Amino acid sequence: MLTLLGVAVVVVGFAARFNPLLVVVAAALVTGISAGLSPIAVLSALGKAFNENRYVSVAMLVLPVIGVVERAGLQERARTLIARFRGVSVGPLLIGYMAFRQLTAAVGLISIAGQAQTVRPLLAPMAETAAELRAGELSDADRQAIRAQAAATDNIGVFFGEDIFLAIGSILLMVGFLAASGIVLDPLQLSVWAIPTAIAAFLIHGTRLLLFDRRLRRGPPEAGE
Amino acid sequence: MIKLTVVYVLTGLMFAAFAVLSALDAKNPKRFGNAAFWGLVALSFLAGDYLGDLGNGVLVLGLALIAGLGWLGRGQPATTTPEERKALAARFGEKLFVPALTLPVVLLFGILVLKPLHLAGQPLLDPKQATLISLALAAVIAVGVALILLRQPLISPLQEGRRLMDIVGWAALLPQLLAALGTVFALAGVGKVIGGLVTHYLPMDTRAAAVAVYCLGMAGFTMIMGNAYAAFPVLTAGVGLPILMHRFGGNPAAVAAIGMLSGFCGTLMTPLAANFNLVPPALLELTDRYAVIKAQIPTALILLVANMVLMYVLAFPH
Repeated sequence: MLTLLGVAVVVVGFAARFNPLLVVVAAALVTGISAGLSPIAVLSALGKAFNENRYVSVAMLVLPVIGVVERAGLQERARTLIARFRGVSVGPLLIGYMAFRQLTAAVGLISIAGQAQTVRPLLAPMAETAAELRAGELSDADRQAIRAQAAATDNIGVFFGEDIFLAIGSILLMVGFLAASGIVLDPLQLSVWAIPTAIAAFLIHGTRLLLFDRRLRRGPPEAGE
Repeated sequence: MIKLTVVYVLTGLMFAAFAVLSALDAKNPKRFGNAAFWGLVALSFLAGDYLGDLGNGVLVLGLALIAGLGWLGRGQPATTTPEERKALAARFGEKLFVPALTLPVVLLFGILVLKPLHLAGQPLLDPKQATLISLALAAVIAVGVALILLRQPLISPLQEGRRLMDIVGWAALLPQLLAALGTVFALAGVGKVIGGLVTHYLPMDTRAAAVAVYCLGMAGFTMIMGNAYAAFPVLTAGVGLPILMHRFGGNPAAVAAIGMLSGFCGTLMTPLAANFNLVPPALLELTDRYAVIKAQIPTALILLVANMVLMYVLAFPH
């Protein structure tokens, strides 16, 4: 049971909004020490794993080009572009993007869009402008809510599209785990079962986006949304 | 064969440039904190394999202390004003989208054309890392396209990259550090303890109860561990296999697939999935660190219920 102390450190640390890097290091030390390791051994294990997971941070390589095109006015241009399509409101815009993300992720094209290269420079400014054209000048809270919703839509699209693709990590993990337990399955058998949830995710989040759109046009959004 | 090490060197050089430019940025009162932080990241990418495990651990401690003590500020590289950007946007027009579209185009080219290529019997790209290598290639080519097409200053990719990097700040390193924490959790057997608690203390006498325990367990456990991959083996060994598949005769493919997707609902609700949930609020300059999670929670909860219904209805023989 002592092993779970580290989990408690994470929960309390994140809830109290301490710096997450410190919280994670503290949680690792508490977990390791309560499992009987020396602090030096825990720090070594953490360092080794940090080094092995460097690939996670490689995505930051797209920041320079995004910065350059922002410097040259990309966000402003994205706003002008969406303003030309006066009929497109924020809800349908985000729904269209979610469909694009789900469909491309379903054929394995997960990295062709993302938070740094698509949501920040293109989707978020387009969504803000689409809302502005309908509801007039936006409050800061509305602006932030729209950006958060754009980021959320990107995540939801990817999560509930990618498992339809055969060679994604989670499918391979399931195939491997079940095979070790004596159940031999083809990746295709698993990935077809991702389709009902993908449709449900599209319908649920799509409905929420339409409601969000309506609320923006009517006035200030409710708290927490 | 081109391996991930080349990409690490490129990333390391980028962070090294951020560190140097940070140190020279007199407008940032915390410039040496930024320089030290990005310098340590550069060191990790360039020399991580030679630092030893403890050396890397000390490096992580250094990063956490710089961030935790509030020594990171936001650099002020010279950039264009909003008015200048409007004028530039009008002048460049649709050309502005070309560099941003170069990224996915080159990435696709890498995956579809370069990945299957062989030179002298060897694959051109390390097959396991082809996506990341293609992403790095795409980033470099897109910078070239942007500089030529939009005639921006040569230093601008590094200065503008640093501007965005400082906006993201310490959150940029959190996903990698959380992945490392997952390894420590696994080492200490955290998963086994929680799995044991779930299977010992929760009632699973009926099919509905077992479905609920498995799906809610996947979501909850994913929230604690930060990703569904860690939750899947524990919950499936404890509940999925013995109860849902063996006792109630559930279709293994349907149970496993919908169980994993219930875990994904948990991913939408946890700050431990930092690359999805905490990096975007930083990138989008939101005041609430948890704004994206809050936007996702209603969808995640409704979808979790939908998953339980889907599994109950679709995964079992009638």
